[in-house]
Amino acid sequence: MTELLGVELRGVVKRFAQRIVLDGVDLAIEPGRTAALIGPSGGGKSTLLRCINGLTTFDAGEIRVGPHTLGPRGTSSGDGAVAAVRRLFGMIFQDFQLFPHLTALQNILEAPVHVLRLPAREARARGLELLQRVGLADRADAYPRELSGGQQQRVAIARALAMEPRGLLCDEITSALDPELKHEVLRVLDDLRSDGLTLVVVTHELAFARKSADQVFVLAAGRVIESGSPDEIFDHPQNERTQRFLSQVLA
Amino acid sequence: MDDNTRETGRRLAGWLLSFLWLSAASAAAELPPLRWAADAEGGAPYVFKDPDRPGVNIGYEKDLADALSRELQRRIDFTQYQFSSLVPGLERGDFDFAMNGLEVTPDRARAVRFSRPYYIYTLQLVVRADEQRFDSLAGCRSRGGVVGTLEDTAAERLLDELQVRKRIYDGNVEPYQDLELGRIDAVLLDTPIALYYAKRNPRLKFAGAPVGRGTYAIAFRRDNVALAQACDAALQRLLASGKLREIYEQWGLWNSEQEALLHEDGTQSAIRQAEGRWTVRDYLPLLLRGALVTVKITLLSMALAVALGLPLALLRLSRWWPLRMLATVYVEFFRGIPVLLLLFFLYYGLPSLGSRYGLESWFNLSAFVAAVLGFGLNYAAYECEIYRAGIGAISVRQWEAAASLGMPRGLTFRRIILPQAIRIIIPPMTNDFIALFKDTSLVSVIAVVELTKQYQILAKSSMRYFEIGLATAALYLIMSVPLGHLARYLEHRWGRGQ
Repeated sequence: MTELLGVELRGVVKRFAQRIVLDGVDLAIEPGRTAALIGPSGGGKSTLLRCINGLTTFDAGEIRVGPHTLGPRGTSSGDGAVAAVRRLFGMIFQDFQLFPHLTALQNILEAPVHVLRLPAREARARGLELLQRVGLADRADAYPRELSGGQQQRVAIARALAMEPRGLLCDEITSALDPELKHEVLRVLDDLRSDGLTLVVVTHELAFARKSADQVFVLAAGRVIESGSPDEIFDHPQNERTQRFLSQVLA
Repeated sequence: MDDNTRETGRRLAGWLLSFLWLSAASAAAELPPLRWAADAEGGAPYVFKDPDRPGVNIGYEKDLADALSRELQRRIDFTQYQFSSLVPGLERGDFDFAMNGLEVTPDRARAVRFSRPYYIYTLQLVVRADEQRFDSLAGCRSRGGVVGTLEDTAAERLLDELQVRKRIYDGNVEPYQDLELGRIDAVLLDTPIALYYAKRNPRLKFAGAPVGRGTYAIAFRRDNVALAQACDAALQRLLASGKLREIYEQWGLWNSEQEALLHEDGTQSAIRQAEGRWTVRDYLPLLLRGALVTVKITLLSMALAVALGLPLALLRLSRWWPLRMLATVYVEFFRGIPVLLLLFFLYYGLPSLGSRYGLESWFNLSAFVAAVLGFGLNYAAYECEIYRAGIGAISVRQWEAAASLGMPRGLTFRRIILPQAIRIIIPPMTNDFIALFKDTSLVSVIAVVELTKQYQILAKSSMRYFEIGLATAALYLIMSVPLGHLARYLEHRWGRGQ
């Protein structure tokens, strides 16, 4: 078993022009665990996720992913660290972002073949295995537009897994899906927890967070206002804004 | 008589006076000015712009027109007209007569009514001053030399007859220029042109005695008998009075040959060539040869434009502003100047620049290379913008998705962005390809004979504009329509999955 990796944020600040999106975020996600980031819209959840794998720069603080450290914009922790982090953590997007000109299998093979330089035969065998794992073995040659949203998202997960990451960053990956399609995606996610992958999940699916997460962080106005186990957060929220948020969503 | 009546009377007198004055004026203006057409562009010594007074035309034909105006007691107004279009322009009625060193030839004599000849010309071979290889047309031919001349002239026909390799030009200046630059080996043109342009140039010399002999005459519409007769009579008077000789002597054009003008009774004696009967089998091979040149220039220019446009687009999308600036300047410059100007600059401008810095061999482009380069550079600016729009149309989220998989930017561009952009790029690029295909007809200005030029040459010498025009249009369509189909196929192929 490969070494498990945690994620740690210290005092991360992110500004867009004058607006403060992340206002000194501190949090630690334990290696091999599943962390759910919940909270009201505009609280900075997605931005936080994008900062972790370098899609967005930040203005102060630091982010540690395993042995690698990302610094704020303009510091020496350059593309090298970002590239290393991206190798360790894959990312799944709300709107899938499959490559529309490639089939499901080609989407999965693209990075292993051209970045990892895996031999085509080996990559292909692994790609088919992954498709089987997400329940799409029979759709290998379908183009993204021929797949349902849930199927597309499962291909996206398989695509990220093909790079053999230690963790996944999931950015509201079921928000664009019909209710009956959400389950097939969440089921795949549950399945991954048992592999020892560190999952960082931004989600509005509180039921999923409660059932599957090991840690829950509540973000509001750019800060972590409360964190703890699902039981603590959902059954005994201490923070008044957490209580209000939960009562609005669960009402 | 009260004031009122007096006032009316004064008004009446005023009206009467105006009426008389107007009718007198209209009697004087009964004959509108005659419209005379010629090409003053590089037209010395026939008609050309006075180098000291650019607004004024001078030349021996201008003097002749003034003399005719006095003889006919009628104003003659000058109309600028492309030399090679004078005959069709006359038929269209754009002007009343053409006097511009028009040689009396059988083709022309079929289309227009000629006056009696007003000048007897010969043809003069001109070579570079240091030319040792030959001093005659026969010598030039045996050494495979290329001779420059004007389109649709007696000189061109003589070259054809003797099967000498030729290159066709639009103006009088360019052949001598190219001769100096070593692009051609000799120039064969009418004596007046040779006298004016080559005689005083120390880098050129006359080779051998004049050859050929023919006459210039004024061209009228076939049905304009009255004007033709009036002009014949006027020319006769100018000849008899010695006025014509005076004009020619002034321009250094008089020689003993001209004595014969008095005895030239009309036009028919000058026509010695047999009338040709052209069929499709005669002109189709020539059109096809022109089409081949068109295709070659188009393919090579477009290849250059497409190859150059992509790096330009990448520069325009660069994150570093000096690179963006560089590409923007390129695009604005080459998109903003007419390609015609660019062709002239590359072909005629660069060699003079090169000779100043001792780089002749670098800058002395062949006409074909100049054409490909000119269109390639020009269209690269357009293709750059098409690439840029196509690449910009792909969502930035695709870049992010690839980045999150660890794909570097270059790889992402090549494997993810460009293949999607190509589908967007293909239709406008095909449009440009077809537009370029037709734009290449501009290259005749630098003496490349492609399809349109070949059409002009053939149509002019046979006077069959319509029939040969249809054949030419058919050739263009045969080439461009499949291009459109190919584009749709490619679009479909690259659009898989989208």
